[in-house]
Amino acid sequence: MRTSALRRWSIRALMILIGIVMFFPFAWMVSSSFKSNKEVLAYPPSLIPGEWHPENFVHVFTDVPFALYMLNSAIVAVTVTVVALILHAMSGYALATLRFRGREAIFIGIIATMMVPFYSLLVPLLNISKTLGWIDSFAGLIIPWIPHAFGIFLMRQHFLGFPRELKDAAAVDGAGTLRTFFQVALPTSYPMLASLGIIYFIGNWDRFLWPLIITNSPEMLTVPLGLVQFQGQYSTQWNLLMAAAVVASIPTLVLFILLQKRIVAGVTMSGIKG
Amino acid sequence: MIASSLTVGPSPRRRAHRGAGEGRAAWVLVLPDVLGLCLIYVGPILFTIYLSFFSWNGISPQRTFVGFDNYRYIFSDPVWMRSLGVSFAYLLMYVPLVTGGALFLAVLLAQKLRGTALFRTIFFLPMAVPVVVAAIVWQFIFQPSYGFVNFLLQSVGLPAQPWLSSPQQALVVVVLVSAWKQVGYFMIIFLAAILAVPKDYLEAASLDGAGSFRRFWSITWPTIRPTTAFVVVMTSIIALQDFDQIFVLTKGGPDYGTYVQVYYIYEQMLRYLHMGPASAASVVLFLIIMVLSIAQIRLLRGGRDAD
Repeated sequence: MRTSALRRWSIRALMILIGIVMFFPFAWMVSSSFKSNKEVLAYPPSLIPGEWHPENFVHVFTDVPFALYMLNSAIVAVTVTVVALILHAMSGYALATLRFRGREAIFIGIIATMMVPFYSLLVPLLNISKTLGWIDSFAGLIIPWIPHAFGIFLMRQHFLGFPRELKDAAAVDGAGTLRTFFQVALPTSYPMLASLGIIYFIGNWDRFLWPLIITNSPEMLTVPLGLVQFQGQYSTQWNLLMAAAVVASIPTLVLFILLQKRIVAGVTMSGIKG
Repeated sequence: MIASSLTVGPSPRRRAHRGAGEGRAAWVLVLPDVLGLCLIYVGPILFTIYLSFFSWNGISPQRTFVGFDNYRYIFSDPVWMRSLGVSFAYLLMYVPLVTGGALFLAVLLAQKLRGTALFRTIFFLPMAVPVVVAAIVWQFIFQPSYGFVNFLLQSVGLPAQPWLSSPQQALVVVVLVSAWKQVGYFMIIFLAAILAVPKDYLEAASLDGAGSFRRFWSITWPTIRPTTAFVVVMTSIIALQDFDQIFVLTKGGPDYGTYVQVYYIYEQMLRYLHMGPASAASVVLFLIIMVLSIAQIRLLRGGRDAD
């Protein structure tokens, strides 16, 4: 009994210690974002600001067009998420439940593209983007991120559990394969789509290297690029930089906190059958 | 359609009948993704391999066939060699740190003490922070003259460290930033695997007098082995492709200390307009990732297939 109490407390102490280290960057970012530029460099540093300067957040939106960056990022992340979910559900459903010639070959081919690292495709993708006029456009920011073998694979795993009876019942009612998919299979998959969708959204809000390569004009910058731009201009004004960092992470952090259960379910799915 | 709905059991004729319509519909459903993957992955990887045999600046319409010259060029380029070493050093720090860290955190959470949900959220939360944000915040924390880490070091009497201005320490910092963000994701994967270990096995072992460490080692660890293999492969792939936080924090420096393979590709391509060497380096990175993944899967799965 005594040893188990000791064990419980040592585990708890470890969790608290690691928790503090993992959480510290959040606390430090938020605290610094409210400080004056003098206090943010003060030594020794303090966790609670001496004076509060909420106007730092106003600067983020007035000194650079941060609202525009957020709009751009939202357009990109939402479009990729919605289109990818629909397309991957379509192909996942076909691969899991329908019989057709070439199914095995297509499935193996899709899985094989998982081996290709995206960053080894930069040269040809830039070339394709020039040919198709994707440079500095939403098409260039969005289209390359829609096809995604892992997402197709996860949707296929999901639809392997789609009850045959539902499919047959729809067929008895005279629904064709496509109608069965759109009216029965898709609506019953909302929890899975939500899990995958939130992971896609966070991932695409986060993109950096590809947007860096494909955008030129200031109006096309996404949040990560805008933040780096901001860093270039205000390299020593850590309070403003931290305020911009807070603003840049609010959308994904809020979604994360609201939908944590869904994300955990989605991540767990991605680990099964790995 | 009518004929098939009248038949109750699955008859061979009904299958054959439905097969035709189903086949067409199936193609309609898979085609957009198949075309997309061809456009973004299959075509480009083939084009990368093709370009790696040509000299090209990416702009002029003229490409000259040069055989294996681009490969000779990168293999004799001291910067590429240095970059290969940096990428492997990155891999050797990152994979054990994230895999081991994720497993350790998952084991702690699996004890199911009160307050576990809060800690799970805290360990997992960095996943929702954009890499660029993580990089900038950690840059501030590791800032040499007024950063929080050096403040802590000095307050316990240790000397301040240069961090991002030292090639070795900079590599450690960029690894830490990425590990901080990723560890929670793999922790969730491990946690699901650990919680799926059959309870009766653990209880039986407990009755036989096995301590918690013994129980973990002889029951949990072998059961979650496929998950460990998956996490090692995934973290290796991530380690060999990390770029964003390096671009923000060090631009590959100081003195090429954080100049990973992707940074080499990026600069050959966009700074020097050497599309040939950039493509050759891309092909090499692709091969490294492929060979490493296959080797890891063989090695880590081997034990399980044997029994």
